[in-house]
Amino acid sequence: MAEIATGKMDKSIDLKYQPGFSQIAWLCIVVLYAPIAVLVLFSFNQNRSVTVWTEFSFDWYIKAAQNEGIQHAAWVSLEVAFIAMVISTILATMAALVTTRTPPYRGLNVAVTVINQPLMVPEVVTAVATLIFFAIIKQATGVTGIGYLIAAHTAFCIPFAYMPIRARLEDMDLSLEQAAADLYAPPFKVFRRVTLPLMMPGIMAGAMLAFIVSLDDVIITLFVAGPGETTLPLYILGQIRRGVTPEINAVSTLFLGISVILVTLIFLFGTDKNKGKQ
Amino acid sequence: MSDQTAKAAIDVRNTSKIYGRDREHGVVALDQVSLTIEDNEFFTLLGPSGCGKTTLLRLIAGFEQPTHGEILLFGEHLEGLPPYKRPVNTVFQHYALFPHMTVAENISFGLEMLEKPAAEIKPVVDEVLGLVQMEQLADRKTDQLSGGQQQRVALARALAPRPKVLLLDEPLSALDFKLRKEMQVELKRLQNETGITFIFVTHDQEEALAMSDRVAVMRDGLILQVGNPSEIYDRPAKRFVADFIGDINILRGSVVSSQGDKARVRLDTGYEGDAGLPTGSDDLGDAVSVAIRPEQLSFVDDAVEADLSGSIQHISYFGSGFDYEVLIPGGETVTLQLQNRGAGQHDYAIGDEVHIAIGANSMQILSD
Repeated sequence: MAEIATGKMDKSIDLKYQPGFSQIAWLCIVVLYAPIAVLVLFSFNQNRSVTVWTEFSFDWYIKAAQNEGIQHAAWVSLEVAFIAMVISTILATMAALVTTRTPPYRGLNVAVTVINQPLMVPEVVTAVATLIFFAIIKQATGVTGIGYLIAAHTAFCIPFAYMPIRARLEDMDLSLEQAAADLYAPPFKVFRRVTLPLMMPGIMAGAMLAFIVSLDDVIITLFVAGPGETTLPLYILGQIRRGVTPEINAVSTLFLGISVILVTLIFLFGTDKNKGKQ
Repeated sequence: MSDQTAKAAIDVRNTSKIYGRDREHGVVALDQVSLTIEDNEFFTLLGPSGCGKTTLLRLIAGFEQPTHGEILLFGEHLEGLPPYKRPVNTVFQHYALFPHMTVAENISFGLEMLEKPAAEIKPVVDEVLGLVQMEQLADRKTDQLSGGQQQRVALARALAPRPKVLLLDEPLSALDFKLRKEMQVELKRLQNETGITFIFVTHDQEEALAMSDRVAVMRDGLILQVGNPSEIYDRPAKRFVADFIGDINILRGSVVSSQGDKARVRLDTGYEGDAGLPTGSDDLGDAVSVAIRPEQLSFVDDAVEADLSGSIQHISYFGSGFDYEVLIPGGETVTLQLQNRGAGQHDYAIGDEVHIAIGANSMQILSD
C-alpha cells in the first residue's frame, strides 16, 4: 500500500548518470551473453563447423532429436529433476514453515544455517562425500539404481527451494493467519485456506529453482551417477571430449530455452501482486 | 453480586501479562488489571502506545495467554481456549483481509469455519454487506478497495459470525481525518443496530470520548480510571488522565476542608472555591494539584467578579476558537479557551490586563 519513496535522486549522485556507465553496462552484457549468442547462432549452421558460418538450417536439431543417446539422457535428466523437485519442495516447504511460523525456539538459527549450509560447502566435497556414503550403503544393502542419484539431487535442491518459500512466508503478514484463527479456523484449516494459498507463489518459484538446479548439475551427478544414468549435462560433457559438433550446440540451445522459460516463470510468480500484505 | 458478574460480557480478574522470565527481568505489559465490561456496551481502552491496551485485547482474543489472573466471557472461563474456540471476533489495525479472496468470500469465511450450511451463509453475508453499505462490491478482490472500503469489509467480516464481543484494535488509525469522523458515526450506529458488545482500542482521546459508553484510561499496564466520557473529561482522577485527555490547566492549591467527593480548596493565587475530589484520595495532604479545563474559564469586565487576574502572554487561533495564555501572579500560566463567534467578537491583545472567572463546579483535585 505504502508508496516507497524512490524519489528523484540528484543526477550528480545517481550512478546512472556517471560518465562511462552505459559503456560498462554494455561491456558486461557482451561478456555475459556473446558466447551464448555464438552458441545459439551456430546451432543453426548448416555445415559441420562451429566457427565458420555457411547457411541457415535446422539440420542439427533434427539430428539431435534422432540421437538415441541424447533422447535417453534427456529422459534421465527430466525424471531425476522432476522427482527431486517434488521431494525437495515438500521438504523445503515444511522447513520454511517450521523456521517462520513457530514461536522462536532454541536452535532456530542453527536450523536455518544447517538448511542453507549446502550452498556454502564446495560442491566437489559434497560430491565425494555423497559418493562414499552411497558406496557404503550399496555395499551394506546391495540395492542399486537411480534412487541414489535422485536422493543426491533432492539433497542439494532443498536449500534452493527453501529460499524463495521462506522469503515469501516472511513477507506474509502474520495477522492474516491470526485473523483466520480468530474467525474460527482450527490450525489445519488456517494452513489450507490461508497460509498455503498465499505461500503458493513462493512454492512454485522454489520448485522451479530446484528443477533448474537439478537439471543443470554436473559435479555431483558425475560422481554419483551409475551406468545408464547419464544426464543431459553429462552427455554433453562426454561428447565435447570427442570434438564439438553443432549437434551439441543444438542440444545446448534447447537446454537454454527450457532454463529461460523456467526463469521467466519464477520471475512472474515472484512479482505476483498478492503480496499477502495490505 | 455473583449474578451481576455472570452477566458481564467480559470480566477481567487481576490479570497480568509479563513478557520474559519474570517481573524483574521481563516487561510487564499488563499489571494486575481488573475490569468489568457490561453486555451491549461500547467500551474503549484508551492510552498511549505501550500502555497495555492492545495486550489486553489480545488476551481476550486468545492470541496471548495471561501470566496471572483470569478472563471470563459471559461468566465462562476463557483460560486454555484457543482463538478459534472463542466467540469473539477482531477487527485488526491493518484489517488483515485475505488478499486471495473476494469481499464476499472474506465475509463468509468465519461462517464456513463454523460449518454453517451454505443456504444459511448467503443471507447473512448479504445482510452484513448491507449493514456496511458494500453490496455493490461483493465480488471485488480486497486489493481493489480503498482504505475506507477495506475497513468496512473488515467490520463486516468480524460481525458476520455474530460474535458475543467485537474487538477493535485501532481500526481507524490508518484512515484520513474526514473518513475517520465518518467511521466513528458508522461504528456507533453498527453497535446500536447489532447490540454486540464492542471493545475499542485507541490512543485518540477525541475518538474515545465521541463513541464510548465507558472509557478505561491506561498507562504502563495499569488502568488509571474507568468512567463514562463526561466523568473522564470533567472529573479526571489522576494528573495523567487529565493531561492525556484534552487541554487542561493545572494549578497549585491547598485543601481547606473536605467532605465526601467534594472539597473546599484555596488556590495559591488566593481564590477559594469548591472542587471535585477523586475517590479514595484521603491522604492527599495540604498541597494539591487543581485542574480546570480552558473552556471553563471566561473573561469578565468587572474586577469584583474576577477569580483570577493576569496579563495575556500569547494568543493562538485555531479556526473554531482562540486560546489565550494568561500569566497570573505567582508565575503560573493559565490557558483560557473561547469559541469563535465571528470576526471582531474578541478584541483582546497580547499584553492586555484581564480578569478571569472560573466556571461553577469546574475545579477538580488530582492525585498523582
